[in-house]
Amino acid sequence: MDMNTIESVVPTTDPGQWRDGDAWLAGGTVLFSYGSFAFGPQPLKRLLDLGSAGWTPVTVTDAGIELAATCTVAELYKLPGLPAAVDRSWPGLDLVRPCCDSFVASFKVWNMSTVGGNLCTSLPAGPIISLCAGLDGTATILGPGGSTRSVPVTEFVTGDATNCLAPGELLRSIHLPASALASRVAFRRLSLSNLGRSGVLLIGRLDGGTSFVLIVTAATKRPVQLRFDALPDTDALARALDEAVPTDLYHNDIHGLPAWRRDMTYRLAEEIRAELAAPEGAPGLRSSGDFWPPSGRGLHAQTLNARQEGA
Amino acid sequence: MAIEINGIPAGTEPRPGQCLRTFLREQGNLGVKKGCDGGDCGACTVHVDGTPVHSCIYPAVRAEGHAVTTIEGLASTAGADLHPVQQQFMERQGFQCGFCTAGMVMTAATFDDDQKENLPRNLKGNLCRCTGYRAISDAVCGHAGHPAPQGPGSGIAGEGQPDPVPGQLGDDVPAPASRAVVTGTARYTLDVPADQLQGLLHLKLLRSPHAHARVLSINTDAAMKVPGVVAVFTHQDVPEQLFSTAQHELFTDDPDDTRVLDDVVRFRGQRVAAVVAETVAAAEAGVRALAVDYKELPAVFTPQDALVPGAPLVHGDKDGTSARISRPDRNVVAELHSELGSVAEGFAQADFIHERTYQTQRVQHVALETHAAIASVDSEGRLQVRTSSQVPFLVRRTLCRVFGLPEEQVHVVAGRVGGGFGGKQEVLTEDIVALAALKLGRPVQLELTRTEQFTATTTRHPFTIKLRAGTSNDGRLTALELDVLTNTGAYGNHGPGVMFHGCGESLSVYKCANKKVDAHAMYTNTVPAGAFRGYGLSQMIFAIESAMDELAAGIGMDPFEFRRRNMVREGDLMLSTQPEPEEDVHYGSYGLDQCLSLVRDALARGRERYRAAGLDELGPEWLTGEGTALSMIDTVPPRGHFAHSRLRLLPDGTYQADVGTAEFGNGTTTVHAQLAATALSTEAAKVVVRQSDTDLIEHDTGAFGSAGTVVAGKATLAAAEELAVRIRAFAAGIRQTQASACVLDGDSVVIDGTPVALTELAKAAAEAGVELAAEGRWGGTPRSVAFNVHGFRVAVNRGTGELKILQSVQAADAGVVVNPRQCRGQIEGGIAQAIGAALYEEVVIDDAGRVTTDILRQYHIPTFADVPRSEVYFADTNDTMGPLGAKSMSESPFNPVAPALANAIRNATGVRFASLPIARDKIYLGLKEAGLVPNLQRSGLS
Repeated sequence: MDMNTIESVVPTTDPGQWRDGDAWLAGGTVLFSYGSFAFGPQPLKRLLDLGSAGWTPVTVTDAGIELAATCTVAELYKLPGLPAAVDRSWPGLDLVRPCCDSFVASFKVWNMSTVGGNLCTSLPAGPIISLCAGLDGTATILGPGGSTRSVPVTEFVTGDATNCLAPGELLRSIHLPASALASRVAFRRLSLSNLGRSGVLLIGRLDGGTSFVLIVTAATKRPVQLRFDALPDTDALARALDEAVPTDLYHNDIHGLPAWRRDMTYRLAEEIRAELAAPEGAPGLRSSGDFWPPSGRGLHAQTLNARQEGA
Repeated sequence: MAIEINGIPAGTEPRPGQCLRTFLREQGNLGVKKGCDGGDCGACTVHVDGTPVHSCIYPAVRAEGHAVTTIEGLASTAGADLHPVQQQFMERQGFQCGFCTAGMVMTAATFDDDQKENLPRNLKGNLCRCTGYRAISDAVCGHAGHPAPQGPGSGIAGEGQPDPVPGQLGDDVPAPASRAVVTGTARYTLDVPADQLQGLLHLKLLRSPHAHARVLSINTDAAMKVPGVVAVFTHQDVPEQLFSTAQHELFTDDPDDTRVLDDVVRFRGQRVAAVVAETVAAAEAGVRALAVDYKELPAVFTPQDALVPGAPLVHGDKDGTSARISRPDRNVVAELHSELGSVAEGFAQADFIHERTYQTQRVQHVALETHAAIASVDSEGRLQVRTSSQVPFLVRRTLCRVFGLPEEQVHVVAGRVGGGFGGKQEVLTEDIVALAALKLGRPVQLELTRTEQFTATTTRHPFTIKLRAGTSNDGRLTALELDVLTNTGAYGNHGPGVMFHGCGESLSVYKCANKKVDAHAMYTNTVPAGAFRGYGLSQMIFAIESAMDELAAGIGMDPFEFRRRNMVREGDLMLSTQPEPEEDVHYGSYGLDQCLSLVRDALARGRERYRAAGLDELGPEWLTGEGTALSMIDTVPPRGHFAHSRLRLLPDGTYQADVGTAEFGNGTTTVHAQLAATALSTEAAKVVVRQSDTDLIEHDTGAFGSAGTVVAGKATLAAAEELAVRIRAFAAGIRQTQASACVLDGDSVVIDGTPVALTELAKAAAEAGVELAAEGRWGGTPRSVAFNVHGFRVAVNRGTGELKILQSVQAADAGVVVNPRQCRGQIEGGIAQAIGAALYEEVVIDDAGRVTTDILRQYHIPTFADVPRSEVYFADTNDTMGPLGAKSMSESPFNPVAPALANAIRNATGVRFASLPIARDKIYLGLKEAGLVPNLQRSGLS
């Protein structure tokens, strides 16, 4: 929609230029969706435009992957097919496309919406948050006067639509370390509607073939990461979840009742645990929800249609 | 660097915070539509350098130096008259109202074969509220499989039905507006070129932040100082006349409880003041600058609380008699108390009794085009109103009544309307723009936002239905007792009608000697409920059809058999709350038994298909089941529904039909043309329909209550039949022969075996000073009944609550089907909308009366991914009352869907879900409560 209170669009990447009433403009898909009052009762007056920042969207090195905040979701979706990525044996890349497909937004929106925009909007269902938290991402944040700080993505998002950014701070990039990318991963997601907004999104990782990391998103108001030196058994996993996720941390909105989100968290966590406990590609694993395994088509659209008589 | 639009550099630059959508529209690209303005619906899809984007969330400044293609420029990118996708949408009729079509076409035009293989994913960002997506899928993929116009269950050429004739009755004639729709040139309400609206002003509304308050003062000083603001209107500027936003033939059907602007606000979101300015931005700034002093009043949010003695009164200031409110001192806007037979005796005879409280939620229409209107005063001082309405003639009446104007001083027109579903049987914008235009003498436009649609228009009425029903062991319904509480919100509008209609055909379709109803329509301090597809029936049918399954289960009888034993048969009295049946409702035809059989047989074939394909075993966590529900509807609303049509032969030998019905995807324009073509022995393409303009004809009650075909169509048919008689008589006169020797045949009249061109006749008539024209009228009575039966096969995952629809079947008794493809489309669309209401949709209101589901991301309507392809069958009937044997079929396909789903889930799981929507989380929690969820600890491997 029109943001009729905007008086100017200022091309800059300098947090020093930020003042009250400003918003960083990346793809614009969130700002222009919510409009002038996206951030509360005070209208936005200027957009600080990152459109000409010129940041390289994706940089692949031996150390891992650097995603610029301005990397679009469409560019991210192409990442697993990039020559620089294909040559590496990084199973963690299998998460990229299922996470992109977890957007309720159309692929058309991905042509504009950005990695940074999804993180900074900080919704529980933000799938790039899931991806980056699931791969131990670290956010680089620029502050005024050339200052820089790093924050793990799991700490970047602090609650439903809240994050650790101070006014004027700018998310520059996300670093996904090679160690996490090299791990076996598993993914599960449930939504109240087909291909709809995530109600529960869990990612599991088996680091170095032994230690287990579980990241709960969408079900909870903020990402929750659980780390285990070795794969826990079913009960230990459930106990760890009991401890890590207090009841009131389960999100409550139109996209899922907290009681459902809670039970689905335990269920999907167990599915992930079982998948990573089994040899790779083991048959018979239960896989609730959609988009997993990553090569498969969604489970939907399976209705076996009749050819109508007379047709 | 200029923005290039369809190959031509734009002459101006965008404003800093402007989105590409409005920039493109300002540059004249009116095919770019606003459905949501938030990136969710895709109606505004355009290409930037060939890449599809949602232009409503695309910063316009980012398009500088880039090439934008809109629907208007798409064909030329393909170097053709039409892009292949446009061609396919036209051929496959992949639209109804067409408001989403430009976006659909622009999106699909970018698809490669892989993307076409996965439309659930690739089209989920393009919402269509009308079609149910089947026709869109066929259009995008260019599928063959055009439903054949003949054959069993097709609605035409059955044993009692005529054969289809090309271009006439029974043919799949395409909508006359097809080309305009697929090229983005169809003109919806606000698609008026800027040069036709010189000096256009924009109106924005200040809306109440309180659920109930008195407006003590409004300081407009700061607002008037905002550059561009022209006027501010408050309750001090409006007529005293109370009216109802609901529109009916008789305004006395609805309570007079609304003012254009009131000094008491009764729900969060109600209009408080209107600011008119040179630009939308200035009007918005003016609204923000208004300072209002409110005195908050106690508020009541639920109908249960509203009924408690001492509850805050929503309209306690009204006189019940003059305002037509049943009991304003108890928040009761209307009530109904009746008992046929004795339910006490009926329950005494029962072997099994089912008792349950059923609940239906608030649902929004989500027509893709939001409410909008433009008013102006012409050089002769006549008020001109262009509005998104199903009822332009009633809008005129209401404006005349409110502003004290004679009818000839008001002209109301509806352009093509972007979806209605009952939501546009209201005056929600026209009164305020009329006020502003009358005061200012300049054109004034109001376009509601999607959020305003959710927070400040109308919804379906939430019903709470306490139901008690009894049956004997041999499957005889012995008693049916209903205590119904409906929530009509802060204004009564359709509250009485919805309550009465809801308690009508839902009950009268069953033979039961003992029926008791106590119903109350209640005021609360919440967003008003209004007319919604089904008009009360969908809510009541959800309860009653759920209960029929429970009764059948209770006595161990097949629910099909139970329904067969209790449903009305042709000739049975149809009784609901009155001891005598409605005197003008008859069995013009009866196809309910056929519908039940069609669904039962289709479900059986579906079971076999899954078995043969080896897909019937989904794994231990999936429970499968089947469910069915039936519904009946009177083909015309009661108490008068009038139509007037005028036909004439034009000099070029074609016909012009002037009709009242608005076109909002209902397809009645096509039906009018086909009915006229049939009577005139020509083809629909030769009949040009003009419509929904109060200057064209005398009166038309409007397109609601499924009346487009059976009332207005009947008037058009009468006019066409009369015109045929006149043409033959004139031909006979000039050739000195008998009229019986003259036969209309396409472009000519065959006179004694010799064809004479219609052009020649038209010329002769003109020379003779004879106008070959005729009029037709219909008063909407007597009325017939139409039926729908829906069946589902579902699978429910007891570990997650996921629901898969394995099969969806609907059988409809629509009489002779005038246009089978189009009628099938109405049914498919009704099914999809009902699936939304059954599984996903809910307008949620918090403890302070605030609507929290105020954007489409919070209010999920079915996407391509959610809607199964349904099988649609028609009963072989031929109605004695409808035009050429046809019956209504627009609201009713919605009605049996939710209970059929609930019954299928019950059949699969044993758990009855009595509240809508039956979302996956609620299914899971319901199964958990019933002890059906598998033990987590052992669930790692399946």
